[in-house]
Amino acid sequence: MLLRRVIPCLDVKDGRVVKGVRFVDLTDEGDPPTLAERHARNGADEIVFLDISAAPEARGTLLDVVERTAKRVFVPLTVGGGVRSATEMRDVLRAGADKVAVNTAAIRDPSLLTTCARTFGRQCVVISVDARAVPGDAERWEVVVQGGREATGLDAIEWIRRAVKLGAGEVLLTSIDRDGTGSGFDLALLRAASAAVDVPIVASGGAGTPGDMVAAITEGNADAVLAASIFHRDIHSIATVKDALAAAGVPVRRTNGLAA
Amino acid sequence: MTRSGLVVVDYGAGNLVSIRNALELLGGTPSIATTSDDIARASVIVVPGVGASGPAMERMERQGLADPIRDAVHDGAWYVGICLGMQLLFERSDEDGAQMLALLEGDVVAIADAPRLPHIGWNQLEVQRPHVVMGGVADGAPAYFVHSYVARPADASIVITETEHGSRFPSIVVSDRVIGYQFHPERSGSDGLQLLRNMLDLTGLAPGTDSPWSETQALSASVG
Repeated sequence: MLLRRVIPCLDVKDGRVVKGVRFVDLTDEGDPPTLAERHARNGADEIVFLDISAAPEARGTLLDVVERTAKRVFVPLTVGGGVRSATEMRDVLRAGADKVAVNTAAIRDPSLLTTCARTFGRQCVVISVDARAVPGDAERWEVVVQGGREATGLDAIEWIRRAVKLGAGEVLLTSIDRDGTGSGFDLALLRAASAAVDVPIVASGGAGTPGDMVAAITEGNADAVLAASIFHRDIHSIATVKDALAAAGVPVRRTNGLAA
Repeated sequence: MTRSGLVVVDYGAGNLVSIRNALELLGGTPSIATTSDDIARASVIVVPGVGASGPAMERMERQGLADPIRDAVHDGAWYVGICLGMQLLFERSDEDGAQMLALLEGDVVAIADAPRLPHIGWNQLEVQRPHVVMGGVADGAPAYFVHSYVARPADASIVITETEHGSRFPSIVVSDRVIGYQFHPERSGSDGLQLLRNMLDLTGLAPGTDSPWSETQALSASVG
């Protein structure tokens, strides 16, 4: 039986983890491999690095981060943020990433998804979609970029359907309305996306409690749940989330806590 | 030529870094094989790989590696196939009609009745036949899968574990000196590392007592 994944997401800027990191017992709090290792030990089923560096010269730093992480963390590693070409995708995969998430670049040039899927296989091509509810329409969402500052005019569900047809093997779906609010996932958005395509949906944006994670899976039909701040700030542990999922009858991977 | 040592075959089909890192952590000394000479020297040939079988076989043929790999296995070398590397062991794939290494009888087909494809995520290894490859790993232990196609071996007795995703398929096969993992042991946390350790033991490549490797070292690594 396929188990549901719990995925911590680390925002990386210029080679450092930023935003809401409050681990006290780490010598180097912002070191991405150190934090990734900690999450893996605590039962993370996968690690996502989202590179939010503005400067192009930070790419080399990101590759170094991926390389160092892949030497210490033996769970899957997904890297997103600023990947614009098949060459850049190859570099990230060669550094040790298992999957690469593309967002804006695929909107600008949808054929990028096909090129990457043909070259590396669709299983490592993740389409990352930031969606915002269309006011006054409960069942429509628009794709936004630049952290929600820029609208694209694309219907989110249509775009997801097209991206999967073009080659994406997984969807990382973020509700921009809920992101950072801790008010729960946009379950209607998750349900709509899940019904539209056959590939796995990773729910993102809005996780505040373990109950939100349960709802994303049992009501939103998501295959995996992603969260950032609740894990980084130690508000809830991955184990607590998995306990809640298991109690709700959702199959999860339990780790022994020793080397896990 | 005497064969010794472990190679990871680089035929342009995916991530070599993770498997290399994992084997090094366990005290193995993998080198990367890109030529037929590299294959001819190896006693254990690890074939990783993701993606489609057709293009992968084409690259392998173009690089002149397919026949040397077949010869090596007939010559007594171990073949360790991971994900696509396991599928390539069989004769033919439905994915694109590719003719493959044909070291094992059987074909490769899409997962039947899968609720979602690709099959991405952690799923369970259900033991069908006890074998040392699963030593120290519990029946039902989760492993990380990323694939849409699966092997359908002609000989059911080579199936060590099965996994279910809409239908059941072999997740570990062992036949003589051939081992196939449909999942990624190098991405399957502590159980995955234990499987690789078993593989090194079985193939005679486990590090000796004078090696710098130690149990403590391996356990101290963060392995999910």
